[in-house]
Amino acid sequence: MPEKKAIRVAYGEALAELGSENPNILVLDADLAHATMTCIFAEKFPGRFINAGVAEQNMTGMAVGLASAGFIPFISAFAVFGSGRAYDQIRNSIAYPKFNVKIAFTHGGITVGEDGGSHQAIEDIALMRVIPNMTIVVPCDAIETRKAIRAAAGFDGPIYIRLARTPSEVFTKPEDPFELGKANVLCEGSDAVVFATGIMVYPAVEAARRLKAQDIHIAVVNIHTIKPMDRETVLRYALKCKRVIAVEEHSVIGGLGDALADVLIGNALSFRKIGVQDCFGQSGKPEQLLMEYGLTDGHIAQAVKDMMADR
Amino acid sequence: MNTEQLNRKCRSLRRDIITMIASASSGHPGGSLSAIDILAVLYYEKMNVRPEAPQWEDRDRLVLAKGHAAPALYAVLADRGFYPRDELKTFRQLHSKFQGHPDCRKVQGVDVSTGSLGQGLSMACGMAIGAKIAKKAFHVYALLGDGELQEGQVWEAAMAAAHYKLDNLTAIIDHNGLQIDGTNDQVMSLGDLAAKFRGFGFEAVTIDGHDVHAILHALDIDSRGRPKCIIAETVKGKGVSFMENQVGWHGKAPTKEEAALALKELEG
Repeated sequence: MPEKKAIRVAYGEALAELGSENPNILVLDADLAHATMTCIFAEKFPGRFINAGVAEQNMTGMAVGLASAGFIPFISAFAVFGSGRAYDQIRNSIAYPKFNVKIAFTHGGITVGEDGGSHQAIEDIALMRVIPNMTIVVPCDAIETRKAIRAAAGFDGPIYIRLARTPSEVFTKPEDPFELGKANVLCEGSDAVVFATGIMVYPAVEAARRLKAQDIHIAVVNIHTIKPMDRETVLRYALKCKRVIAVEEHSVIGGLGDALADVLIGNALSFRKIGVQDCFGQSGKPEQLLMEYGLTDGHIAQAVKDMMADR
Repeated sequence: MNTEQLNRKCRSLRRDIITMIASASSGHPGGSLSAIDILAVLYYEKMNVRPEAPQWEDRDRLVLAKGHAAPALYAVLADRGFYPRDELKTFRQLHSKFQGHPDCRKVQGVDVSTGSLGQGLSMACGMAIGAKIAKKAFHVYALLGDGELQEGQVWEAAMAAAHYKLDNLTAIIDHNGLQIDGTNDQVMSLGDLAAKFRGFGFEAVTIDGHDVHAILHALDIDSRGRPKCIIAETVKGKGVSFMENQVGWHGKAPTKEEAALALKELEG
């Protein structure tokens, strides 16, 4: 069993590390620094940390002003509030003029846990995806998070990084490649391909292991960059495997699943989306919620078998 | 410029505004005409900018939070030499750099894109904070509409401006008393604006927004370490008799005949 580490903690650490390297990096938060872990940066660079208080819209606007003055601002809040309350600000002040603001929202998905449905973002990827000029990345573990944050800092333009709250398996390696827009193939196989993102990538790899024991060989591809989508890799594996499953800790509407569908439309394939079935979350322990909403390795493996039985 | 020269300049800019909007058959004359004196004083008497180097890092900044007053801003920037005045006739037309609401990626001299009300003051706060972090002396001005003050984000920004002691920030409210569906009082009363801003920790003054001397004087007031707010009492549509104080001229373009009448009034 791999160790677990929260992606948001890796975020906080990566930010502090970047802060030492680049004096132009500033961080803004909406009174959640001890949850988003921007507090690590704030502790080290108090003069470069700006708390907006419980005011996501103003936080976003201030970041734009800072970007226009030559800084590289990271803004952080809970995904549901940042993407929801500050949607027009992200759309009109950041994306429309293509400002270099890094939107790093934590607590994406149902694994937010006990706080319940009001706090569990199941729509943030969908909201960001439809905004032009927006790049979207969802790292799969703590190790990939550090790479994603560094890539985001070096990228010129609006970028949304979705970060998970709950400790999750650290299963990738520091030497694994990471390039914005380029999917990572983690398992090879041709019975089906599972495209997963964020903390659903590990369960997908686990499902592949399980299925291998039953002589079913699936490919698993980590789609860390939802936008722009790595169309070439997606098409290659989809057309090879013919059975496609999308897995995300997000609504089945508008997220990874639909982003893949955009690429695959027009091809004769079996296609299934695993995600939150157009409903809100609820209070519970993260592991219980994943089971409740059908987001485990068991569910993924079963979906593959169901698809194969359909043939 | 002296007062007389400035006033003459403002008449000329008003002609540019009317011409631009009539040419496009689209635009916001009322709020552009009410704001032009403020913008003229800022760009001729107060702000340090370099038309030949719009990105000059020590420039003073102006955020046109009330983005629909773009004709006023474009007129002033053109006159200051940021672009040829001749180009203004493409305003709001397909492929024009003079978008209906300022697009900072298309037009020089504009630092952020506005149009969605309530967002400008936040961006101005960010610039002001940036100045302090970078230890730069530039000043940041934000020109807001009065209806715009109904957007909650304005007050988030106001709170932040005081919290971060942004004495390098001046918010100017173009208080012409009218919005789209009626007067401010009919739609959503703003109450005592100066008191509100004072309550939020600003140094607040109320002036005649068409008195160039009063505008300049207000801009020079020492805010004693706090952000400043100038409530400029203005007349929507100022300068064109049939537009003055009329709700209907918020977003309606004058016809050719109406434009000709307006220009006649604005002669000299």
